[in-house]
Amino acid sequence: MSDTTAHEEPELIQLLTPEGELTGHPGYPLEITADEIRDLYRDLVLVRRVDSEAVSLQRQGELGLWASLLGQEAAQIGSGRALREHDMAFPSYREHAVAWCRGIEPKELLGMFRGVTNGGWDPHEQGFHLYTIVIGSQALHATGYAMGVQRDGAVGEDGTAVITYFGDGATSQGDTNEAFNFASVNNAPVVFFCQNNQWAISEPLERQARVPIYKRAAGFGFPGVRVDGNDVLAVLAVTRAALDNAREGNGPTLVEAFTYRMGAHTTNDDPTRYRDAAELDEWKAKDPILRVRRYLENNGLADEEFFASVDAEADALGERVRTECRALPDPEPLDIFHEVYAEPNVHIDQQRAEFAEYLASFEAEGAR
Amino acid sequence: MTNLTIGKAINAGLRAAMEHDPKVLVMGEDVGKLGGVFRVTDGLYKDFGADRVIDTPLAESGIVGTAIGMALRGYRPVVEIQFDGFFFPAANQTFTQLAKMRRRSAGKLSVPIVMRIPYGGGIGAVEHHSESPESYFLHTAGLRVISVANAVDAYWMIQQAVRSDDPVIFLEPKRRYYEKSEVDTEATIAEAAPMGAARIARPGTDVTLLAYGPMIKTALQAAEADTEHSIEVIDLRSLSPVDYPTVFESVKRTGRLVVAHEATLTGGPGAEIAARVTEACFYHLESPVIRVAAFDTPYPQSRLEEYYLPDLDRVLDGVDRAFAY
Repeated sequence: MSDTTAHEEPELIQLLTPEGELTGHPGYPLEITADEIRDLYRDLVLVRRVDSEAVSLQRQGELGLWASLLGQEAAQIGSGRALREHDMAFPSYREHAVAWCRGIEPKELLGMFRGVTNGGWDPHEQGFHLYTIVIGSQALHATGYAMGVQRDGAVGEDGTAVITYFGDGATSQGDTNEAFNFASVNNAPVVFFCQNNQWAISEPLERQARVPIYKRAAGFGFPGVRVDGNDVLAVLAVTRAALDNAREGNGPTLVEAFTYRMGAHTTNDDPTRYRDAAELDEWKAKDPILRVRRYLENNGLADEEFFASVDAEADALGERVRTECRALPDPEPLDIFHEVYAEPNVHIDQQRAEFAEYLASFEAEGAR
Repeated sequence: MTNLTIGKAINAGLRAAMEHDPKVLVMGEDVGKLGGVFRVTDGLYKDFGADRVIDTPLAESGIVGTAIGMALRGYRPVVEIQFDGFFFPAANQTFTQLAKMRRRSAGKLSVPIVMRIPYGGGIGAVEHHSESPESYFLHTAGLRVISVANAVDAYWMIQQAVRSDDPVIFLEPKRRYYEKSEVDTEATIAEAAPMGAARIARPGTDVTLLAYGPMIKTALQAAEADTEHSIEVIDLRSLSPVDYPTVFESVKRTGRLVVAHEATLTGGPGAEIAARVTEACFYHLESPVIRVAAFDTPYPQSRLEEYYLPDLDRVLDGVDRAFAY
């Protein structure tokens, strides 16, 4: 059997090299000011700090779990900053930097991993759906939401675009492939943003797919593109183009952001059991933050004072994240019964009343 | 009054729901020009158009998953799953997403989806076309589950289900689609019995016979046939939540309860009802709660279904067992 497609080296859209050289790309012209690039740098540094603080908080027992985004900052900031306010994002569970772009407070994300909420933010208000843990499920929600956008007549100039995030592992799920197909036949205004971080827990990409991920799109009848996921400028340009294409009524795009999960799958994982340290070193050289810093330094667009101020801001943010996390209150026991149904439900009401009485009996005995 | 079959009544109810609220959509396999394989959506495509009556790709998880997305955008999709046995590819979206969305968002998100499923056996079908999967839904917090047994309920309950802000599993007794009743379509929805209320379908004094959906006709026939005992038939209508006050009141009067359903015995709806009734009516019971259900086997070849499905004689046998104590 021929496997030429698997070994073919696909084009990787890149605007900024790992060495910090801005090469641009004819297909994806990006008009961007130095100020905006400095803002992106700041975003990248701050979300990395939120992430590393969260890992520490998990180690200290403050969080039950954390899924680190280390290495994927550019893929998430680039795509997150490409969104317009009225756009809608459907994340998986690692999109902490997209959440950042949507104005969601880090403590809301921590609340979920601490076990205080299942996601405390208002998805409608923030334009950012709750995290979805069952792999690939959210791709269908995004597609359906986009079909609703079409029915609202909100496609066209300054229309609404929908984006959904998932990983390389999710491309094996039926739901992801059904979403590709539903989006295609309906020409729905949705962007499928795959962060190919090379690993689905311990399984490398070759256990998931025999062809490059972005090539899947062709079989479903819409464009697919592979972008350097560690290049924030390229991700911004490619995602913006895909979103505009969607909002203007030209249907879905699959963006494969080629990146690397530099950390463990989650704080429960141990990548030393299944991957080589050399691979990590190779990707460290392609670090998403370093190349922006090099670009700003090499072109005299930022001085030491700027970098020091961002670092200081990160320190302050880290402190705030730690404090706010520890201050998150545990929910009340009767929250268990809250909003299971919209309408009164006799079973739930009865169980709530019985449990409340049971809890109160301890207080009466002074045992609590 | 209009004389309607159950199928036509659901169709008329859907039409009324779509006329009442422009956010109501119908989606599923073959629901458009064909009008569904049972013609329950007949004519809706012609009158409401392809934007509101959506022929979807043939993928049940995709149907339910995109319906969730449309509901999040403010629509009220009525999803048709073509046959009971084809629900299972959509199980993930139903159980992990649809049922939990409201609670996990602390009420910020609502997914008012109605999932219509023709269910049950008795039509001589091939495999996967005769299942009674209600127990899976009952066991899942966040879903409401209803089943209709006549055209009046079919007409009103589909409209009530569409207006509910909770996800509703709407189980349609496919072998009874062509049963007729007089429906007062001029009445208002406010006058209809609430979706969650059980109904005494036939009053009696000696034993309560509880059923729902396709088994109501069988239960009424059994009550008619039994000349020895006065059987009270309760049509449960809502399987989740269950209208226990109505059930308890009846059982306390009659002292006996027989539960009949097409779903398999073990872990079936009858098991939960038996447990609840035993707790609430212990001192009123003259006999254990008796269950008449399908066997704990896969649904058999259609040439055997008359032995597998609880029929008139098996229900009467159950009633006799209740009087053996």
